[in-house]
Amino acid sequence: MYNFDIERPGTVADAVSALGREEAQPLSGGQTLIPTLKARLAAPSVLVSLSGIEELKGVRMEGGKLCIGGGTTHGRVAREAEAHYPGLASLAARIGDPAVRNRGTIGGSLANNDPSACYPAGALGSGATILTNSREIAADDYFQGMFSTALEEGEIVTEVRFPVPSAARYEKFIQPASRFPLVAAFVARFEDGVRVAITGASNNGVFRWPEAEVALSSSFTADALEGLTLSGDEMISDLHGSGQYRAHLCGVMTKRAVASLV
Amino acid sequence: MPKDGGIGASSKRREDIRFLTGVGNYTDDINLRGQAHVFFLRSDVAHGTLSNVDTSAAESMPGVVKIFTGADFEAIGGIPCGWQITDRHGQPMQEPKHPVLAHGKVRHVGEPIAAVVAETLAQARDAAEAIVVDIDDLPAVVNMKDAVKEGATKVHDDLTSNLCYDWGFVEENKDAVNKAFEEAAHVTTLELVNNRLVANPMEPRVAVGDYARGTGDHTLYTTSQNPHVIRLLMGAFVLGIPEHKLRVVAPDVGGGFGTKIFHYQEEAFCTFAAKACNRPVKWTSSRTEAFMSDAHGRDHVTKIELALDAQNNFMAIRTDTYANMGAYLSTFAPSVPTWLHGTLMAGNYKTPLIYVNVKAVFTNTVPVDAYRGAGRPEATYQLERLVDKAAHELKIDPIALRRQNFITEFPYATPVAVEYDTGDYIATMDKLEEMADHGGFAARRAASEAKGKLRGFGVNCYIEACGIAPSNLVGQLGARAGLYESATVRVNATGGLVVMTGSHSHGQGHETAFPQVIADMIGIPEDMIEIVHGDTANSPMGMGTYGSRSLAVGGSAMVRATEKIIAKAKKIASHLLEASEGDIELKDGAFSVAGTDKSVAWGDVTLAAYVPHNYPLEDLEPGLEETAFYDPSNFTYPSGAYACEVELDPETGHVAIERFWAADDFGNIVNPMIVTGQVHGGLAQGIGQALMENCAYDSDGQLLSASYMDYAMPRASDLPFYDVDHSCQTPCTHNPLGVKGCGEAGAIGSPPAVVNAVLDAMRSGGHDIAHIDMPVTPSRVWNAMNGQG
Ligand SMILES: Cc1cc2nc3c(=O)[nH]c(=O)nc-3n(C[C@H](O)[C@H](O)[C@H](O)COP(=O)(O)OP(=O)(O)OC[C@H]3O[C@@H](n4cnc5c(N)ncnc54)[C@H](O)[C@@H]3O)c2cc1C
Repeated sequence: MYNFDIERPGTVADAVSALGREEAQPLSGGQTLIPTLKARLAAPSVLVSLSGIEELKGVRMEGGKLCIGGGTTHGRVAREAEAHYPGLASLAARIGDPAVRNRGTIGGSLANNDPSACYPAGALGSGATILTNSREIAADDYFQGMFSTALEEGEIVTEVRFPVPSAARYEKFIQPASRFPLVAAFVARFEDGVRVAITGASNNGVFRWPEAEVALSSSFTADALEGLTLSGDEMISDLHGSGQYRAHLCGVMTKRAVASLV
Repeated sequence: MPKDGGIGASSKRREDIRFLTGVGNYTDDINLRGQAHVFFLRSDVAHGTLSNVDTSAAESMPGVVKIFTGADFEAIGGIPCGWQITDRHGQPMQEPKHPVLAHGKVRHVGEPIAAVVAETLAQARDAAEAIVVDIDDLPAVVNMKDAVKEGATKVHDDLTSNLCYDWGFVEENKDAVNKAFEEAAHVTTLELVNNRLVANPMEPRVAVGDYARGTGDHTLYTTSQNPHVIRLLMGAFVLGIPEHKLRVVAPDVGGGFGTKIFHYQEEAFCTFAAKACNRPVKWTSSRTEAFMSDAHGRDHVTKIELALDAQNNFMAIRTDTYANMGAYLSTFAPSVPTWLHGTLMAGNYKTPLIYVNVKAVFTNTVPVDAYRGAGRPEATYQLERLVDKAAHELKIDPIALRRQNFITEFPYATPVAVEYDTGDYIATMDKLEEMADHGGFAARRAASEAKGKLRGFGVNCYIEACGIAPSNLVGQLGARAGLYESATVRVNATGGLVVMTGSHSHGQGHETAFPQVIADMIGIPEDMIEIVHGDTANSPMGMGTYGSRSLAVGGSAMVRATEKIIAKAKKIASHLLEASEGDIELKDGAFSVAGTDKSVAWGDVTLAAYVPHNYPLEDLEPGLEETAFYDPSNFTYPSGAYACEVELDPETGHVAIERFWAADDFGNIVNPMIVTGQVHGGLAQGIGQALMENCAYDSDGQLLSASYMDYAMPRASDLPFYDVDHSCQTPCTHNPLGVKGCGEAGAIGSPPAVVNAVLDAMRSGGHDIAHIDMPVTPSRVWNAMNGQG
């Protein structure tokens, strides 16, 4: 780690002004950022800790939507969203290990947008809205490729609003070393159609699978996906699997998600 | 009835209390007054010419004490290699220089180039970033077969090629072996890779060097499995410090698995720098450094062939192996693919003719050396995969083919130079079949298939050689050391005793198991006995712990020393009892005169030894302390039969180990609970190798699996509940305890069973795949089943 200053604001407004300092960066659960700092791969001069901001924490239903504060830990979502949106609670319950879930937050995960992270699939698959200190961003506009989002410098994810589908399932096939998804599919069934989001697979980060959505919207069965394939060309190829293997797993995980819901 | 003490009792591990409550004393817990910290600047390229290392800007950074580069070590010896192999043509292996800090060239990612000693680690690291290093990249030598081609880039310019040695064993058998292949009714051929592994002990390596200016004494605290060996290698060959001026301490060590046997540059550096800076110097490896500086394991590429006659008897085995040495020769690296591997190629079978060829190759990768099993897992894997393949080609039951070819008479002299003293391979296989409920397999397979899964059963046998080793023999084979062990038993006046052993415990439970032996010999409670190890200042010369040798060799030395103690104590007792020495019996901690009720307690005798008021001073020295060295006359040969049942998900390729059975013959057993634990740990590492672990380099010599994000360690949830049995016992005939060793068996015996089971599962799904390389990851399984090989 390099030296840095730390600010511990108690409100979003104070955090935003602290983030106006030169080379400032928000620190939430630190489950991504702290290892990065330890490896000296980042050198912010100021860290603005969000973990003391109460208004960023919590899980509640409002206007039929599940609203999760940007500073809410995965563990808390796993417990408190269970009654309202079990498909999402189950996603949160399978992120990392207990220590990670007790520190890591939804805002940190969505801001980081790791191509293998879980929450991006939940947010995109639910058609969530990402609220920041200055605006609302639809999930469809928010994710802009691997580690890239619509967030501006100094902008904080304050809340995420999830429409609650009638049924949803996150099917995760783990990469054996990191236990992040090698490929995972989030399938959400709404009155007006089905959304399918895939994480772990693409070089461009989380994505929707439109053909699968169309097929499932007309027939919500695993069989409806028969014959649908994705190309492996744009997919991640590494030690743990080729693009082609990942493309294949997209189909398997989506089918399994559907099968578990019917 | 389970015993509650002594040999055969599952005494609870006394050392665990301090480990589990956080009061152990590991090397990193040692902080000396005035200590400075070192950070090593390591190469981030695999191969290149080091044209300039400019430390001038870094020197003036805050907190810097001194910066060292390769030039500072020019006048100093390199890291030595402890074993010299003689090749097929009678020539010694090629042995490159191994500098403490890179000089002239860098040869693997992670090689230390410069070392910054500073007040704090952060300052050392900051300064290291200010060092300017100019490296002119050279092509990286990664693939072994390419490395030995004509005109290949050389890792070491002063060697004739990248071939360390071309070893043939037994060279004289070669023609006869080839002839057997010509005459064979059936030949089975298999090409496979034994994947490179990183040992990953929980505790990373640490070294603290100290120098006492007043006396000129050096001390090194280090995470070692064998402090005396480090003292000898580093003192004599690197730094030129005589052993009486150098103390090496290896306190609590959090796992070794082989990778803490070797003498490393960082140890030599900290010892050297402590004197140069006149203050203690400490280094603690980060996990990232561990991945690129701890010696790796395995990494063989092998072609093996089996010749069978028309009755399916094994006639001959022929192997052709490329063994990766990495960029330099680590301490025992040359012995692993040769004497620890070739001599095991007979396995459990009476194959009359065997020829093993091993080409050891230098590459631009981290040095490779012994890792749990060392050579024996490589031998077992290729042989047991080969036998399974032969069975399938011949359409006979793999267990039946094994049984037909088992060695059944002992002692048995193999065609690969070793003589098995005892064993009963039929008994362990019988036990395995009983445990594994093979009859119930069809129903279990049907249940898996009903869920859309495939189920496979795989089996293998193993034999290994441990309790290393007879010094005169290993001397002939090229070892530059003896492999005896020592023990000093010091009895105190009040009857308690301390055993100072050259064996080193880094997880094995010696502090518990060793006292069980002595408690039985003398008849006193185990808690009157303390085991002291890991410090050259208080143990006699010892060779340390590896190769499952501690109880067989170190324990035997301890028995011999205790026998001397008892003999002397009997003399004292005979004086006290005014009886003749021959009539004195020791039982339950008391000496008595045979046929009388006269007796004297152990404590009275020990007190007399130190307060010799009534004592035969004319005939006997006071005191009660004895030392023994024990040099084994043979290796020991544990053996066993293992089986595994897997469930394979054909859609994803994921393999789950559903059941694992291990029937081992370890000879006599001192503490069954510890033995079971050792097998469990070994199995976890063997299954880890088979399914998950893979140390991978790309073609530029970059380490792809350089952290736990990419190097998959097995976790509890990846492993089944094991069924482990060690009731088959054919005691070793040549050591006083009749013990064989159990530390490595699990890692040696398990990979083939897993792979055999996976192939069986795939076959049951209509995929007749001849072989799949480890680790059998989901993507590899899926690729194999979908023709994406
Ligand atoms: C061992 C381990 C296993 C893991 N396994 C998984 C897994 O299976 N699936 C998975 O999805 N993730 C996994 N993670 C990642 C984990 O979920 C992280 O918690 C998460 O990615 C980041 O959240 P954080 O709160 O820790 O963010 P931090 O690490 O604090 O920050 C991450 C980034 O987001 C920025 N940031 C943080 N909060 C905000 C905010 N509110 N607004 C704007 N920017 C912000 C930071 O500046 C930083 O750039 C794992 C992590 C570890 C260490």
